[in-house]
Amino acid sequence: MIESQSVRHLGSASSSMHRRTLSERLHLDLPLLGGLILLAGISLVVLYSAGGQDSGLLVRQGLRLGLALGVMFALAQVPPHQYRHWTPWLYGLGLLLLVLVEVAGDVGKGAQRWLDLGLFRFQPSEIMKIALPLMVARLLSNHTLPPDWRSLLQAGVAIALPVGLIARQPDLGTALLVASSGAFVVLLAGLRWRLVGGFALLAAALAPVLWMFMHDYQRQRVLTLLDPERDPLGTGYHIIQSKIAVGSGGLYGKGWLNGTQSHLDFLPERSTDFIFAVYGEEFGMLGALLLLAVFLYVVYRGLWIALQAQDSFGRLVGGSLILTFFVYLFVNMGMVIGLLPVVGVPLPLISYGGTSLVTLMAGFGILMSIHTHRKLLAS
Amino acid sequence: MAPKSALRDHIRENRLFLNRTVAAGIVVALLTAVLMVRLFYLQVVEHDTYTTLSHNNRVNIEPIGPTRGLIYDRNGVLLAENRPTFSLEIVPERMEDLEGTLERLAELIPIEASDRARFERGLHQKRRFEGVPLRVRLSEEEVARFAANRHRFPGVEIEARLTRHYPLGALTAHALGFVGRINERELQRIDPSNYAATQHIGKVGVEKHYEALLHGTVGYQQVETNARGRVLRVLERTPPVPGSNLYLSLDSGLQQVATEALGENRGAIVALDVRTGGVLALVSTPAYDTNLFVNGIDPETYKALQESPDQPLFNRSVRGQYPPGSTIKPFIALSGLEYGVTTPEYAVFDPGWYQLKGDSHKYRDWKRWGHGLTDMRKAIVESCDTYFYDLGFKLGIDRMHEFLSGFSLGQETGIDMDEELPGLLPSRTWKRGARGQPWYPGETLITAIGQGFMLTTPLQLANATATLASRGHGMTPRLVHAIQDPDGETDLQPPRPHPPLALRNPANWETVIAAMEAVVHSDRGTARRIGDDAAYTIAGKTGTAQVFGIKQDERYVEEEVALRLRDHALFVGFAPVEDPRIAVAVVVENGGHGGSIAAPLARAVMDYYMENLPQ
Repeated sequence: MIESQSVRHLGSASSSMHRRTLSERLHLDLPLLGGLILLAGISLVVLYSAGGQDSGLLVRQGLRLGLALGVMFALAQVPPHQYRHWTPWLYGLGLLLLVLVEVAGDVGKGAQRWLDLGLFRFQPSEIMKIALPLMVARLLSNHTLPPDWRSLLQAGVAIALPVGLIARQPDLGTALLVASSGAFVVLLAGLRWRLVGGFALLAAALAPVLWMFMHDYQRQRVLTLLDPERDPLGTGYHIIQSKIAVGSGGLYGKGWLNGTQSHLDFLPERSTDFIFAVYGEEFGMLGALLLLAVFLYVVYRGLWIALQAQDSFGRLVGGSLILTFFVYLFVNMGMVIGLLPVVGVPLPLISYGGTSLVTLMAGFGILMSIHTHRKLLAS
Repeated sequence: MAPKSALRDHIRENRLFLNRTVAAGIVVALLTAVLMVRLFYLQVVEHDTYTTLSHNNRVNIEPIGPTRGLIYDRNGVLLAENRPTFSLEIVPERMEDLEGTLERLAELIPIEASDRARFERGLHQKRRFEGVPLRVRLSEEEVARFAANRHRFPGVEIEARLTRHYPLGALTAHALGFVGRINERELQRIDPSNYAATQHIGKVGVEKHYEALLHGTVGYQQVETNARGRVLRVLERTPPVPGSNLYLSLDSGLQQVATEALGENRGAIVALDVRTGGVLALVSTPAYDTNLFVNGIDPETYKALQESPDQPLFNRSVRGQYPPGSTIKPFIALSGLEYGVTTPEYAVFDPGWYQLKGDSHKYRDWKRWGHGLTDMRKAIVESCDTYFYDLGFKLGIDRMHEFLSGFSLGQETGIDMDEELPGLLPSRTWKRGARGQPWYPGETLITAIGQGFMLTTPLQLANATATLASRGHGMTPRLVHAIQDPDGETDLQPPRPHPPLALRNPANWETVIAAMEAVVHSDRGTARRIGDDAAYTIAGKTGTAQVFGIKQDERYVEEEVALRLRDHALFVGFAPVEDPRIAVAVVVENGGHGGSIAAPLARAVMDYYMENLPQ
């Protein structure tokens, strides 16, 4: 409580000196927004091709994009201290919903992930993608960093509860991603490297245990990654076909709308999880590098925003959100080009679908909020 | 650990966070580098591999079956064609209410339970967008009925496929043969790529012998398919080359006449064009409808055909091996003249039997009381056995074997069919090899009258007769006389002459032929009843081949012998004598006497041919 007051006090002195631009009044970070719009544009271009030139699909995704940008804009207006205030409630709601899913969720694709709210179906794990980093950041930023053992223990429990529930659905991929979003907070908060190393070793030691708890299909995915040819028409099919798509794209690609792997249905899930394969096939390595560059630009802008944040809560939340964003894109691309097992993670901002888009944009809204509600210091 | 009340060390916290953020930035950069390296590996290093894989994914090679060549007779009458057969197919993908559609279809076109069962099986085997046959071999009426109601059945289609059809059916069965589904054994033999889109192959007869020409060359199209195998577009097309059309020397009218002449009899008639060796008629009765075999014959019908005592599947014309009986006598006479062991004037006294020195066995003449004093002409005209026992004894088996070989007896004639059997022209060597016994002189005697071990096919008899008619200038018999390639170029097949049979004295031909003419055209000739009213001259020889041996001093009473043990009736002949055009061999199984039973059939064939003689 003390530090936030002092920040407010320091900032108020210079606020009247600064004439605020339109973007500042709207609480938007234009460089970040530019990157996001660029990615959304690329998304629509690839989706037009991947979706079989279905303009209806494009319109639907455009509407979702609009909705997501609206959410982002709305969240950017909320000052960070409000997030800090509401964090426990949001986190609690998320946990409650996860428990509800456990009790009364719909089963989709062999896993119990969805909650039918009548109007739309909803994945409570999406809330946790935002709520968990907020919660952990709040817990840790209550005390001086680096965190002490008690804070670490609290953070550990805050992470373990939702992750455990999501893993039980079972949705191992999301569980790991949510866990990592919490872990990033702890890492950024200054967890000693020695402990980081210790945890890494522990994780490695626990891997066989994890293997034992995995479902058959999850084990299959890992085995398939190691050797896709062991089941070329079954679990290996996705990886083989997506590698063929990307590899046959070459340096310059086959050209927009000319990807044979995608247009002739060889590539599964080509609008959603495997959209990067379509992109790589049609735009080649040069196109892929361009996309990576835009992603990196967004990530580094995000990290920059986190660095600029004026309190630990903002830094930790901002840093964690943007690193999680990177993890999403890395895991998705790694999966498409055969580096990682097939997990159901969409390519952020590019894949077709609304849920992940809204969650991501909500995260960017919070980032913008952190950035644009700073009380500027006189330089 | 900072005390709770103390002001937090913001600078230290800031530095800590900066450190961590930079570390995170470095990890991000490293992981991005990993992605880039992997992209480089896939898209640059392994690009060619994946391009090939991608190409193979989408491009399929589909064979296109060639259209089988047609077969015509010498006058252009179609003997084998390709007819569209219609089947009713259902495309499951386009079907909304399968059960309802099937019910409504059943009101229109009868659908048996077996059709349903096959359809259900097909549903599981084929892909959703492929037609699954519900009914095959629709009648034209059914096709028309469906066509009128087609709009009520989206997703139901009539498929037309070309299937071999033999318009004359049984009439040309033994000459043409037929095609049938390719079996395991044939798969080993054929070039699988050329037959990739072919379901049928020639099984016997002309269809088999000319398979390579009739089949044609397979075509290919490169098609782009999607992941489910549906063809989206044709990228490249190499059209198939249709098979060549065949023109047979066969005359379907003559074939008809010969078949009708044989009637209910079991037997064979082979008629050859003396000048070219072309087969004018090749009939074996009873025959069968070859169309039954094209798409697989049903087991009951096949069993009935196979177990019939009349053996309709047995091609007697080229596979039936019969003792030639007396039809061999003109050739024996000719060899006697050729080897100088007799003269046309030399006469033998025939008391009704012949006896070898030091042997009590009496070799009987068919005429119990004998022919009396008999010269060569009389021996041929009246078919005297005793004369030929004597001549055979003088010739010996070795010279007989050598001379008769020149007429392609006891060997395959080389006709353009694969089923021909060689018959048997006995010799000392053969008997030692096959029976492990020496040759006995008595066997020479019965060989001279066409009995004993000797076996000939009707085709061989016709061929030998044609060689005799042409005075030694025999031709290899053949069915196909012209081949029309897919471009429409017709290639006439030149006759393939045997090595000419040159006699030391060509006049000997005339001696024997004159005697054969007298068989038909003289008062005492064994075939005189066919010569009376003929508009042209015929030379011939009757034959009666014993099916079982008659014991010494036993009389042959025709009525007492069971039908199947009765003699085979034979006749060989040619016409006209001065300028021979047609040579005919007739065998009527268990027909009895050649002169009364077989000769009139030959006359009917010759009449038709001479009346319709091409100028």
